[in-house]
Amino acid sequence: MAAASGSSQDAPPGFTMDQIALYQRRRQSLYGWMLAAPALILLTIFALIPTVTTLWASFYSKGTVRRPSAFNGLDNYTSLIHDPAFWTVVWNNALYAGITIPFSIAIALAMALWANASIPLRGVVRGAYFTPTMLPMIAAANIWLFFYTPGLGVIDSITGLFGLPPVNWLGQPQTALWSVIVVTIWKEAGFFMIFYLAALQTIPPDFKEASAIEGAGRFTYARRVLIPLLMPTTAFVFINALINSVKLIDHLFILTKGGPNNATKLILYWIWEMAFAYFDRPHAAAMTVLILLFLGAVAIFQFRVLDKRIHYR
Amino acid sequence: MTSSAITLRRTIRIAPLLDTAGAWLLALIWVAPLLFAIWASLTPSGQALNFSGEVRLTLENYRSAWDAAPWAIYFRNTLFLVTFTLIGQFIFCTLAGYAFARFDFFGREFVFVLVLLQLFILPEVLIVENYAMVSRLGLFDTIAGMGLPYIASAFGIFLLRQAFKSVPVELEEAARIEGCTWLGVLWRVYVPAAKPTYLAYALVSVATHWNNFLWPLIVTNSPDTRPVTVGLSLFGAPESSVNISTISAATVMVIAPLMIAFLIFQRQFVQAFLRVGIR
Repeated sequence: MAAASGSSQDAPPGFTMDQIALYQRRRQSLYGWMLAAPALILLTIFALIPTVTTLWASFYSKGTVRRPSAFNGLDNYTSLIHDPAFWTVVWNNALYAGITIPFSIAIALAMALWANASIPLRGVVRGAYFTPTMLPMIAAANIWLFFYTPGLGVIDSITGLFGLPPVNWLGQPQTALWSVIVVTIWKEAGFFMIFYLAALQTIPPDFKEASAIEGAGRFTYARRVLIPLLMPTTAFVFINALINSVKLIDHLFILTKGGPNNATKLILYWIWEMAFAYFDRPHAAAMTVLILLFLGAVAIFQFRVLDKRIHYR
Repeated sequence: MTSSAITLRRTIRIAPLLDTAGAWLLALIWVAPLLFAIWASLTPSGQALNFSGEVRLTLENYRSAWDAAPWAIYFRNTLFLVTFTLIGQFIFCTLAGYAFARFDFFGREFVFVLVLLQLFILPEVLIVENYAMVSRLGLFDTIAGMGLPYIASAFGIFLLRQAFKSVPVELEEAARIEGCTWLGVLWRVYVPAAKPTYLAYALVSVATHWNNFLWPLIVTNSPDTRPVTVGLSLFGAPESSVNISTISAATVMVIAPLMIAFLIFQRQFVQAFLRVGIR
């Protein structure tokens, strides 16, 4: 872009200059492709081809020894949608996203405001908020398992002091998904705090002084000045949280394995189970295609709606 | 009027105290689970919830946890995985980032949008077909199989492209006049100029892949390639019936290296996540 730009316009009209410019441009093009090629090849192997083969596999029946896999159109999709587990899992994931996203965003904002305020031990507080982000999800799940263990766990030991009966937090459908959600919020809020912290540091302190002079209280200032100014950050965090609500399933392997009775099964965990526990590749593929469509819609939403002013070029 | 003015003044005086109390309380709640895990790992089994002060602290849990699984090999595998992935990402993303930042090649915009799509089409979602691909390439149960899908990282390409674009073109032209080749310019001008971006990306990449679980679980099949996260998940499985204290010890062991690094380089870590997070 830099080296060859405008050389043909600026040069005096002449056959040889044009030829040089053309040669230059061709060389630029060649080098550009050569430099990008290694990454593009890997992206083709591990993103493009798998996407295409997923789509392909979703249109074929499961092959057996006696009946080879055959094209069956949308059959995998229709049987998937008629599986009651499908709706349970989709609903679980919607609830998981619907609760974790607003709560982790709200907590992240509170954390950022406190970690940005002049309070004693601010560095320690900031570190404490961020610590769960550095843990593997598996380790976080192990730690929380001791909290949820019925009777012997930390929560039941504390509630037991007040004479409350033990609760099988992870073992009963009414509480299991909520217990999983708590772990996710704990893990994510500190990560999102970072982005709010960065945004807060770009807001000039004059705004706060001005609104104080106008007689606006803390909450008016937060509602009228702070939150509107933080909107782009909130949009960014929201998109990240949305993607994470599809991606973050590691803790299920430790906490519930999707149970009891599918109460905590999320989409990606279900895909894993179909493919690697029940070896049902066609239905796993169909579910993957649906989730890819969803993520594609999120991408379009981000590029078209949210990024109108942020230019990627 | 007057009453609201008085409340306002009182709020202002009380507010900092409330802020401090709230911030500390939340901080305590946030680290409590971790502190409890450390406490449980140091108490004899069955004593984790005995806070009476008569508990004798012990390192016995660490010994039994360490002896119960090939942790040294798991740690070695994680180290290999993290190093392999990071070096690969540096090489591939540097070259591609340079191409997208400074070369006006045919189809650049279109290809770049395709690359950015990978920010949404996550390797995690494509586990089934990526598993088939890795098996086809003969990389099942290898470090390379675990790391390769993450090496051409759209995020890394995007970050380095941004960093390279902010390098003044005059520096490149000066180097070219000195007789540097294209790759020479990249190595002598662009890479040194993007050092903070590399550092930030490295910290985030290492933290991400040290903690990664689902994909390593799928592509590994033997202790010789399993990373610590997969090892820990097998260790903590209810079927293996190990007690809370031993699992705590194993958990603390797995998180210790990153935690210690985080405590030492807290500022850098937070800065790194900030730099990498903002697009």
